[in-house]
Amino acid sequence: MKWPWQHTKEYPPFWKAYESAFAKAEQKSVPEIRFVALDTETTGLDIKKDRILSIGAIAIKGNAIIVSDSLELYVAQEHYDPKSTPIHGILKNGSFDKVSELEAIQQTLDFIGTDIIVGHHIGFDIAVINKMLQRHHLGKLKNNVIDTGVLYKKLQHPVHRMPMQQGYSLDQLSEALKIPLYDRHTASGDAMITALAFIKISKRLAHKGTLKLKELVT
Amino acid sequence: MKNTIAYRIYDFLKQFPPFQFMAKRDLLEISELAQVQYLDKDQVLFERDASYNTHFYIVHQGAIKLSRPSNEGVKVVDICDEGDLLGLRVTREDTYRTTAIANEETILYALPMEAFSTLTKANKAVSNYLITSFASNIKDPYTLENSGQLLSEYDPERFQNIYGVSKARFTEKVIQSSEDISIQEAASQMQKHQISCLVVAENNIPIGILTNRDLRNVIASGAFTATTLVKDVMVTPVICASPDINVTQTQLILLKNGISHLVITKDGTPQTTIVGILSKHDIVISFGNSPIGLLKEIKRATRTKHLREAWDKTMVLLKRYLDQNLPLSQILKIFSELKDALIHQAMQLSLRKMETPPPVSFAWLALGSQGRKEQLLYTDQDNALIYADHDTENTEQAKQYFLKLANRMNKRLHKVGYDYCPADMMASNPLYCLSLSEWETQFSTWITRPTPENILLSGIFFDYTYTYGDQTLVKKLTDHISQKLSNQKILLRHMAKHSLKNLPPISFFRQFIVESNGEHKDFFDIKHRAIAPLSDAARVLALGQGILHTKNTSERFTALAQLDPPNRELFENCSYAFKALLKFRTKRGIAQNDSGRFINLEALTKAEKLKLKRCFKPLRDVQEVLRVRYQTQHI
Repeated sequence: MKWPWQHTKEYPPFWKAYESAFAKAEQKSVPEIRFVALDTETTGLDIKKDRILSIGAIAIKGNAIIVSDSLELYVAQEHYDPKSTPIHGILKNGSFDKVSELEAIQQTLDFIGTDIIVGHHIGFDIAVINKMLQRHHLGKLKNNVIDTGVLYKKLQHPVHRMPMQQGYSLDQLSEALKIPLYDRHTASGDAMITALAFIKISKRLAHKGTLKLKELVT
Repeated sequence: MKNTIAYRIYDFLKQFPPFQFMAKRDLLEISELAQVQYLDKDQVLFERDASYNTHFYIVHQGAIKLSRPSNEGVKVVDICDEGDLLGLRVTREDTYRTTAIANEETILYALPMEAFSTLTKANKAVSNYLITSFASNIKDPYTLENSGQLLSEYDPERFQNIYGVSKARFTEKVIQSSEDISIQEAASQMQKHQISCLVVAENNIPIGILTNRDLRNVIASGAFTATTLVKDVMVTPVICASPDINVTQTQLILLKNGISHLVITKDGTPQTTIVGILSKHDIVISFGNSPIGLLKEIKRATRTKHLREAWDKTMVLLKRYLDQNLPLSQILKIFSELKDALIHQAMQLSLRKMETPPPVSFAWLALGSQGRKEQLLYTDQDNALIYADHDTENTEQAKQYFLKLANRMNKRLHKVGYDYCPADMMASNPLYCLSLSEWETQFSTWITRPTPENILLSGIFFDYTYTYGDQTLVKKLTDHISQKLSNQKILLRHMAKHSLKNLPPISFFRQFIVESNGEHKDFFDIKHRAIAPLSDAARVLALGQGILHTKNTSERFTALAQLDPPNRELFENCSYAFKALLKFRTKRGIAQNDSGRFINLEALTKAEKLKLKRCFKPLRDVQEVLRVRYQTQHI
């Protein structure tokens, strides 16, 4: 029998495949793990109201960023906030080839699979993606995530850490780690910067002898 | 699907060879297959003798050191920086020939070798580039500073004149004599006019010729006396040529007849009037692009105008040498020889203008950058004069004489192209035209009383070099200074502190610091921020070690490297960095047609900027040595 608060709709097959893959996923050693650096550009910062305009993701394996293994999606949205246009430069009816939300979900899930998602202040991105999944009556993301902001903090001596409420912006991070800023505020560009930051930070943490996958995953 | 990252990699790659020769579609395809790798400092990318990876690499940021074992341990073969390509398999070898280690934090693009070779198989430009770069891969520290610019070196030289067909220049003023004078008289005439050949003529028609060699042969034969007449020994017939003869023809005629002089007549036969004489020397001079030709031209100059012309040609030669990328130390040696000759000749001309010979012996000193023999371009003249001590009554007279001489000399050098020193540090200034004992007192004051002005002056005056005159005077002065210095260390500490006052070249964030105001706003002052601090440091350290035999900054560092084994590597780096900076400045100076001191950073390529920055590291380190050794913070 079905309770009224349960989903009345059957999950589509791609979601089932996504979910079931986690059961089959096996443990791998760190150099073989595929990390996915991910970033989204949204119409604003309100998780409830704002929508995803673009998703950028790129795979990291070992110490290399695999350019051929990347994802760049522009999502067609009805809701649109002109105020954020100067930041990300994506117009509502811009010239990019756009996909529907459902199509974007499908491609993204297909791309990330069961791998670990790396992002800067990734909580926000995960939240907007989950919100998008909810709109389409799907479950939440099941992947493990690593936040480069949190990771970077581990590098710092407690005395030098910035006050918790502020955190490190991606710009601050790039400057401290000497990462060239290209394509800032595009989903792919930020994903790329995040990926580089992730490699650099994990290298440094490994030097300190404190790197454990368990610690990486928050 | 759009791939922004691949586009960025494409944008980067297309700036560099061999990718710049590839079609956009192909390069984009490769870019999409790229991997981005990050290496920590000292992390190994690949090892020598390991088999090739499936990818080769392009440095995006940072630098990779390529090395291989040699009999003295490990030899660094090359340092690849931004845009350099490494680890590409060009020959059939299966293993890497060098070990690649990150010299600093590095981001690399790794491109798949197989896809690259399929895409470029048909591309001639790419394969040519790869073959040339592979063939010229025998790199030493000298080419190190040029890595990444391989292609530019294959430019054919376009401005080479074809000297062989140019018209030969001959001397128009011909010293003639009649055939009825004695050979003694003929010899004394030749001596008087400083010539090697006398044309015997009648009514301006050549009838014979008498050269140094002919005279020698006459004397050697013993058959003639001093009163023998010229007509009995002169060589006839005279070999003549017309005025429009070219250089190659002249050489051929001279060689064919085994002679050294050609008489130029109106129509090229001995029957017409003489218009000039052409000697082997003139031919040498017409090959004006050789330093020997220039040296001769300088030595034979009888007027300042000629000196100026010769010196202008020297600048053309300098440019060519720099274009051909000769090692700077060699260029400097050649040019200091020429410069010495210039001073020597200018002094000869000035002395000739004086009514009387100098009352006592004297020496001409070059100061500052000229004293250090580091001056290649026209700059200010800094010089001084030292003369022997005189008996008391004539001191004032001697001083007046040498001031007058110095004045002439400064004027002459000004005409040649060297500006007057704005601070009046010239021999014509009574303060710097002194007798030996006066100079000794002057240096003693500088050494014992280091006031700020004295420190500033000593920076220039300690770099003196003898260029003309009596060398013993200079040696006495040097001995005096070295004895004074060994008891007085206070000056060195102050000099060290002064040298540290120079402004740093780059900011904390590795940005160049440019001038914030004035005429050269937003330009980088390479002299003040990079070259001067290095030569200041070299001076203090060299004086501290008692190295007085050389004033040249890079030689000072080399000497220091031998005396101070713990810092050997640092000093060697300094010596190298200094030469690189000086070369850079000279090149910019020629390109901008000025002293090269202020550099427009926007005109530099990224690679040039990186190379400049690399020179700053030894500067920072050597300043640290100064700070520790002379405890400068306590004064």
